[in-house]
Amino acid sequence: MTQKLIVIGAGMATGRALEHLLEADPNAYEITLFNAEPRGNYNRIMLSPVLSGDKSYAEIVTHDGAWYADNKVTCRFGERIASIDRAAKTVTAENGDVLPYDKLMFGTGSNPFIIPMPGHDLEGVIAYRDLEDTECMMSLGETHKVVVIGGGLLGLEAAAGMATRGVDVTVVHIMGHLMERQLDEAAGYLLRKALVDKGITVRCSANSKEILGENGKVRALLLDDGTELPCDLLVMAVGIRPNVKLAQDAGLAVGRGIHVDDQMVTSDPDVLAVGECVEHNGAIFGLVAPLYDQAKVAAKTLLSQDAKFVPKEISTKLKVTGCDLFSAGDFAESEGREDIVFRDPARGVYRRLLIENNAIVGAVMYGDTADSNWFFGLIRDKTDISDMRETLIFGPAYQGGGASDPLLAVAALPRDAEICGCNGICKGQIEDAIAAGATDLSAIKATTKASASCGTCTGLVEQVLAVTLGDDFVMPAAASICACTDMTHEDVRRMIKSQELKSMPAVWQACGWKTSCGCHVCRPALNFYLLADWPLEYTDDPQSRFINERKHANIQKDGTFSVVPRMWGGITTPNELRAIADAADKYMVPTVKVTGGQRIDLLGVKGEDLPSIWKDLNDAGMVSGHAYSKGLRTVKTCVGTDHCRFGTQDSTGLGIKLEKTLWGSWTPHKLKLGVSGCPRNCAEATCKDIGIICVDSGYQISIGGAAGMDVKETELLIQVASEDEAIDVIKAVTQCYRENAKYLDRIYKWMGKVGLVWITDQIQNRENRAALVARFEQSQSVYRHDPWAEHVAKAETYQPIADLVLEAAE
Amino acid sequence: MTDWIDISSLDAVPQRGARLVKTVHGCVAIFRTGADEVFALDNACPHKNGPLAEGIVHGNSVTCPLHNWVISLETGLVQGPDEGKVATYPARVEGGRILLNAEFLRQRAVA
Repeated sequence: MTQKLIVIGAGMATGRALEHLLEADPNAYEITLFNAEPRGNYNRIMLSPVLSGDKSYAEIVTHDGAWYADNKVTCRFGERIASIDRAAKTVTAENGDVLPYDKLMFGTGSNPFIIPMPGHDLEGVIAYRDLEDTECMMSLGETHKVVVIGGGLLGLEAAAGMATRGVDVTVVHIMGHLMERQLDEAAGYLLRKALVDKGITVRCSANSKEILGENGKVRALLLDDGTELPCDLLVMAVGIRPNVKLAQDAGLAVGRGIHVDDQMVTSDPDVLAVGECVEHNGAIFGLVAPLYDQAKVAAKTLLSQDAKFVPKEISTKLKVTGCDLFSAGDFAESEGREDIVFRDPARGVYRRLLIENNAIVGAVMYGDTADSNWFFGLIRDKTDISDMRETLIFGPAYQGGGASDPLLAVAALPRDAEICGCNGICKGQIEDAIAAGATDLSAIKATTKASASCGTCTGLVEQVLAVTLGDDFVMPAAASICACTDMTHEDVRRMIKSQELKSMPAVWQACGWKTSCGCHVCRPALNFYLLADWPLEYTDDPQSRFINERKHANIQKDGTFSVVPRMWGGITTPNELRAIADAADKYMVPTVKVTGGQRIDLLGVKGEDLPSIWKDLNDAGMVSGHAYSKGLRTVKTCVGTDHCRFGTQDSTGLGIKLEKTLWGSWTPHKLKLGVSGCPRNCAEATCKDIGIICVDSGYQISIGGAAGMDVKETELLIQVASEDEAIDVIKAVTQCYRENAKYLDRIYKWMGKVGLVWITDQIQNRENRAALVARFEQSQSVYRHDPWAEHVAKAETYQPIADLVLEAAE
Repeated sequence: MTDWIDISSLDAVPQRGARLVKTVHGCVAIFRTGADEVFALDNACPHKNGPLAEGIVHGNSVTCPLHNWVISLETGLVQGPDEGKVATYPARVEGGRILLNAEFLRQRAVA
């Protein structure tokens, strides 16, 4: 007969335990899952990448509704358990339902510790624990100040994530250096320096005294030396406490956490506990790797199989872009322990190994953590290092012959070398998965779970794939911009802003470009970032632009070009049409086509003829349509109130105004707009990057549409009452997109990363909106002009520099 | 004995850019690198005849504007996974002037 299992808490540990249980025997239990948070299981350790905008919430959901439904798990999300009657073996839910169980599993996790100092209950004082906290931090921007109490892993990830969003962040840490539990002082210093370079203020040895408020809301943090640190939000990240309240009330044995034995069973044989809420042999657990081990054991115990939980050595990596940091083992100095230290101040590299009885017991690495897995293996296996002691600190490449290729280092790893610390996956398991048919990262994730949790081992997994599959595996280039650099788009952009890099050579130097002058991939991206961030200081570099933007026309497969004059809002005149017809005749244009953006394309124009045809079109009052640019293309309109019996507003007029405001602007990718005069949407505005639907009460502005390789419907950003406000909102959202999106990300892709909520907040905040509009106008003061007219003046550059046809005839 | 033809001033070609020279047998592209070296190649990618002079010049290579094939300006060889070769011609800079070897024209005429 099927037994009943009730699980309290849908977190990472219980989630994993259920996976193991259902995999082993899907029919053993009838499962009911309670969760206080109104959602299922998501990957909590990935909240930091969500905060910094590298991931979206959807990407970190581990179990969605379909998973629970497929596995017949009854979900009671947003509901707490009120009490447990262990004698009767029932639980009582908050709403009074009484449910019987055969087995009960606790996964109540932990509560963030809130220092009970005066003011801790003010509005705007939060912890960093769940999605709500993360969303609260994501709603902040450049106009906000935040104080983070706690310079540990979580506090620093929160600080760095908010700093990425332009928030003015101060970290207050009670100890003398950051992350003192994982780092020694020297590494703490390097970390501090890197964070300060990111614009974060760091105060160590600082004691918080009181949180000051105003009208019940946080205003500032007061330190005991009298310093006041003003803030709009205060994040407390000072540690966690196992959540044992319910277990305690139920009469289970509880210390700091819920006591469990090696089988994860509590003092009641029918009650198990896993995760951050447990205490095992006096230890409590905050990192994910041991929780997964506990989950595996708990699943076996539930199936009456033998299993034993053995705590393992754990390592830590900080998930802050640009701060490569690794720590493992124990590094307290004591008798009989020796140090090996390596420093390279120029590269910002620091490595320290602690040796005891000819084995490594602790390792701290900063700046270059490529060899961290190898060192971690030596710690875990207690390898005797006396033979390689002299060169040990330089890493595996220097043990028995040089091997600078990272692939060789991975190839040399034994099968039992751990690749994924979170899930305890070794190289051998990945190789087996590849042999069984997994050929890319997502297949490895799906079959082994390697790199599916915190993701820091993604690069290693890919290297194992590359070593095993050889040429059959193409290393994804998602990480860095291109082969010229190891930095990502986001890293480089942050450097451009924080280091005030205002020229391309400055970026190459400061970011350590490996080539003399970049390549066709990175140069256009850098040119855009510099242009967007320093519109007045940076001069556009035509040689770093793709030919279409360099010659202001679209190259065709035979090397000829297409020419598209602008038709504001899709409106033209007989005179313009005559001029276009004349130009088509004069330059023998083979194809004249009406485009989807409501204008006319002249295809097949010779490169040499471009300046002349532009001159003719200019003379008739027409300018470039930028049909070639990563910038504003067209604003498609319907006829609106002018002619249409359904029109609610002057959609054509608004389209023309928008096009006249936005034209010439450069954006991360092309930008297409549509304005429809009523919800019948004849201008197809809801599949544009920005779409406006006019309604009787005003203008619905929505963003993130696409009708290309991906087809997307826009999502509503905001509704405004007046045309002027609509124009301001569109300028602001364009500027926001330009300042924050990765080069070649359309709005919908950018929106998928930062979330519509964050964008809406940027726009809804009046002050912020005005600042965005001002920056947009500043940039447009340089770029709102006709490039064709400018290029007509240097028409000779479109001609050959020499004609040797006669010479050859001699 | 070698016969060099004066084509233009170096300044006429932008750094990391190219200009064309017309010949009886099609155009030759004159490239100028960031380090002010000058190279002459046929203006046709071995892939689909893309106009190399319109590509992005980086280091001593150019990327074809049509399908991003990368071609060495020094050897004319296609870089990376693709294969092929573009004809190259001797070119040099002297006194701020770009000079092309006249021999190449005759070779082209024969070819």
